Parts: sequence; structure tokens; C-alpha cells
Amino acid sequence: MKTPALRLPAAVADRVSVAFLGSLAAVAVAAPLLNLAVPESSPLHLSSYAVGLIGKYLCYATLALAVDFIWGYCGILSLGHAAFFSLGGYAMGMYLMRRIGARGVYGNPDLPDFMVFLNWTELPWFWYGFDRFWFALVMVALVPGALAFVFGWLAFRSRVTGVYLSIITQALTYALMLAFFRNDMGFGGNNGFTDFKDILGFDLQSDATRSALLAATAVALGASYWVCRAVLGSRTGRVLRAIRDAESRTRFLGYRVQDYKLWVFVLSAVLAGVAGALYVPQVGIINPSEFEPINSIEVVIWVAVGGRGTLWGAAAGAVLVNYAKTWFTGALPDVWLYALGAMFVGATLFLPRGLAGLLPVRSRDA
Amino acid sequence: MTADPRRGDPRPGDAGAAANRRDAWRGKREAAARRQPSVLTGDVLYLQQVTVSFDGFKALDDLTLHVDPGELLCVIGPNGAGKTTMMDVVTGKTRPDAGRVFFGNQINLLTMSEPEIAQAGIGRKFQKPTVFDFLTVFENLELALAGEKSFWRTFFARLTSRDRERIDEALETTGLASKRGSPAGTLAHGQKQWLEIGMLLMQEPKLLLVDEPVAGMTPQETERTGELLLSLAGRHSVVVVEHDMEFVRSIARRVAVLHEGRVLAEGGMDAVQSDPRVIEVYLGA
Repeated sequence: MKTPALRLPAAVADRVSVAFLGSLAAVAVAAPLLNLAVPESSPLHLSSYAVGLIGKYLCYATLALAVDFIWGYCGILSLGHAAFFSLGGYAMGMYLMRRIGARGVYGNPDLPDFMVFLNWTELPWFWYGFDRFWFALVMVALVPGALAFVFGWLAFRSRVTGVYLSIITQALTYALMLAFFRNDMGFGGNNGFTDFKDILGFDLQSDATRSALLAATAVALGASYWVCRAVLGSRTGRVLRAIRDAESRTRFLGYRVQDYKLWVFVLSAVLAGVAGALYVPQVGIINPSEFEPINSIEVVIWVAVGGRGTLWGAAAGAVLVNYAKTWFTGALPDVWLYALGAMFVGATLFLPRGLAGLLPVRSRDA
Repeated sequence: MTADPRRGDPRPGDAGAAANRRDAWRGKREAAARRQPSVLTGDVLYLQQVTVSFDGFKALDDLTLHVDPGELLCVIGPNGAGKTTMMDVVTGKTRPDAGRVFFGNQINLLTMSEPEIAQAGIGRKFQKPTVFDFLTVFENLELALAGEKSFWRTFFARLTSRDRERIDEALETTGLASKRGSPAGTLAHGQKQWLEIGMLLMQEPKLLLVDEPVAGMTPQETERTGELLLSLAGRHSVVVVEHDMEFVRSIARRVAVLHEGRVLAEGGMDAVQSDPRVIEVYLGA
């Protein structure tokens, strides 16, 4: 914060963005290459398991980016972003379920297995269209976006802010979890969706498909980063920071604060939905436990550890914390939750700007 | 004080005096002069029998007050007299239980939201300076620029050369030109106050509401602030709420004394100060 903001020709032409997008591109190219082109006997070979893991981390990184975008830059602490993530995931899951077709256990070409099991005879109306990929993609963005719009419109209009907003977002994701647990909702109840076969005709178990999904996730993360940077680099971005630091002052300058909050909240929800949609084909399952309130809180921890108010820091935090989770749950499963708590407390006490704050980069450029 | 909000009373003497002071103060105001507010007849602000109560306590009690075009009105009064509540009512933060508040001849402020009131031309400087610490001085002024402030407009907004001129002008007026690239959080207290006044200017308001502008300032800063406020009167109407009697004496031509939510006395500083009621509740205390 020693020199003024650089006026950049493009939103992502600064040093930090180039480094971030560059390493992202490197991962997107190197991981598939090391998995597909390097023989398994070579020490450089990357296992299919690792490819899936990296793909999953990148989905989490996109989700963390979405949360940091509104929390770090506009002061909206959402503790319900896993809801938008899961809705995007469910939309993609519905497409993948329809793709199974007659290959399911019951061999019904139209109805997913769980519907046959429940003795349903026809497809519910809200499943129409999900046999088409483009339709599912639209829903991946539309459903979380629409929910965020309605929720945000009500909340921001009534000037619900701070901890109250956070609590309502928790309630939102909890309510959705309870709803999705019900069998008659038509989303597979507590089993959710699983046993997917293919996406666009490509076998989901094949290494090539997994690599392509990883690369697609990296592209989605890069694109999300670019969109967030474009917003934050514009005058709108400065208004958002102004809202974060002095909301009522911004209102007295003539800005309709509720509109600003609403649009960034919707954009953030859409990004979370996209992340969820990429997550489901890579992990092969989506069920209501994804809506659990604790999941949303974990996302906030990733952001806090990585560095609130730096987009790349949030993404890095998501990858690092989840890598730690993978390691702990393998080696010391009982210790994991303590380690997570320690990370959060440690970051709050000693690294108010997260791990990103350790690097000599000004937060406003990141 | 009559009840008719359209009472025409331009007070040419006051406007002329302000104009002289303005010219003496700084030369390059031609461009700014062309932006004179068009509504310069009648009251700029008119509050009629406004009452606000909080849990039975009447913060404003049947308050009637008017502000003339281009004048600098000082509002004084002991703590709890309703000064800040009055500003809250005008800017839409608090809705009165009764009364009418008009801006210019036509605009009913009681039906408008805070951003709408700000957009209509009422700027407010808060008691505690609130600038955006993490934005630079320049960016603070940029955000305050008058104009369309919808989400999508600001997303595509680019600074025109005229915008830059206006920001430079405000930097010049407030003496912050050398600080344009510094984060506002690094400014000294007095500089933050000036930056806020600069931000008010960017909004091109017809009416400025200034809450305790010299609280916590050094004598030099206070003097500088007085000059700044005087230079603004004439082109804008200015309402200053202040405790510092010396400061009020140095800038005020018309003073309104508030007490328990009402106007206790109104007029020139000397007349007000010699008013026995005022001495009793405030000055003598």
C-alpha cells in the first residue's frame, strides 16, 4: 500500500495475475502430460488418483475465489456458499444421470435408478431437458444465480449485514440440505446421484477424460479469476471496496449499495455453481451432505488461511488446506479437525492477511 | 418564518459578499462558476414542524428551519439538541414522525432514499471523517464524482478529461494535490476532513451538510478549514454544525441555536450570543 494502484490496460496483465494464470496453465498442461504420456514405470508418472485429486483441488480453488470475491472485496461473509456449489453440482449430476440411460441397474432408458426404486412411472417435469448438455450448463449457472438473486434481493434490500447475513446463509444451506435429503424431492434423497458413466460420450473412468476435466477446471478457474479481476479493476471494484470499508458512507455518495451487493453475490454464486458442476464428474458423486453447513465454513477457512482480499491467495489457500486434509485424513485422521482449527486460529492471530500476506505483494494488485 | 416553502428571498447582499471572498481566496474558478446550481431562488432547504422521537424522547420537536441559496448557516447547540438528528432527517437516514422537509421548491425529501437524496444534490460530511482508507485520495474523489452510479454504469465508467480536471481542481482546493496517490488511510486527521469536503465537492451538491468540521484540528487546520468553507458558500449552500464557538464566530453570518429539538434563537452571531435564553442554556453553561 505504498504506491498508487497501477492502471493496467487489461485486468490481468499485472505481475501477480501473470504468475497465477501461468502456473495454472502449467498445471493444466503438465498434469495430463505426466499422466497420459509418461509411462507408469517412470518416476515422473502422475497417477490417475493424483489427477483426480488435483482436479478436485482446482474446483475448491474456484469456490474459494468466489467466496473471497464477495468477502474480501465487498465484506459479505457468506457461510452458505457450499449451497451454490452443490446446486451447480446437482445440475451437472442430473445430466450425468440422464446419460446413464438403460445402463443403470434397472435398465430403464428414461428413469434414473432411484426413481424406479421409488416406483415412479414418469420423469418429474424439472428433469426435462437435462438429457442435453447445453441445457445442464445453463442450469449450472441459472439455478445458483437465481437463488442468490432472490436471497440477495431480500437480504440486501432489508440491509441485513454482517453476522446476521452470515447466519441466514447458514440457514439457507441447512434448509437445502434437509430438502435434498427427502426422497420425494426427486433428487435421489440421501444417496444423491452416483454411478455416472460418461460425459458427452466420453467414459468418466478413462484417464483421458479425467485429464480433460482437470484442464477444463483450470480453464474455469482462470476465467473466474479474470472475471473477478475485471470487476475489481473497474470503478465498480472501487465501489465494492468502499462498501466493504464504509457502507453507509458509500450510500451517502449516491450509490445504491444493495444493487452492488446483489450483483456481486449473484456472480459469486454462479462461479460457485460452475465449480460444483466440474466437481461432480471428477469425484463421481453428489449427495445432500455437500450442503452441510460445516462445508461452507471450511471454505471460509481456506480463504482466511490463503489470504482474504487476494484472489490468488484464496485459491492457493483452498489447494493447500485441502492438500493438508488429504494428507491428515490418510496419515492421522483423528488429528485433522484439530489441525484445521489450529490453522484457522493461527491464521487469524498471526497472519491477518493469510499466507498471501507473507509475500511482498500488495493486496490490491492480487 | 412563514409556512410557505416557495417564499422567494434570494438575499443578494450575502451572495455578493461571498462572491468577493471567493475571488480573493483563489483565482481559477471560472470553470466552476459555470456550474452554478440553477435553483437559486427560494429556499434551498426547508424543514417545517419536524418531529422525531426515539422511544418517547423527542430528538426534534416541531423544528422549523430554512436555508437560503448560497448562504452559510451555522447550527449550534448543546449535546442532544438534535443537530445530528436534523442532518439524519435531511439525508434520509432517519424518518420524522411528523413534519415536512423540502429541498428546493419541489423536492420532497421524505419520500426519497439516501442515494436518491445524495443524487439530488445534498452532500453530507460526517462528524467522524469517513474516507475510504484503502483507496487512494484520487480514487476517493473519483467515487464521489457526480454522475450515474448504477452497477453497470460504473463497471464501464472511464474517467473523462473533464472528470480528471474536476478531481485535480478538488485536490487543489483542498490542498491535497501532493497526496493524490496516497491511500487515504495514511492522511493526517485534518487532511481526512479536507478530503471529505473535497468528496462533497465532487458530488456537485447544491447543499452541503458539514458536521463538526474542525473537531480535533490544530488552530492552523481550523483556520484553513474556515477559509475552505467560506469559499464554498455562494456557489453552494452550506450548513455547518459545530461546537467550537470561536470557529463559528469566524465564519458565521447567520446562526441557529438548537435546544431540545427546537430552534431557540436565530440571527447574527452577536445577536444570538446576547440572547438571554441562549446564554442560559448554552453559552453561559
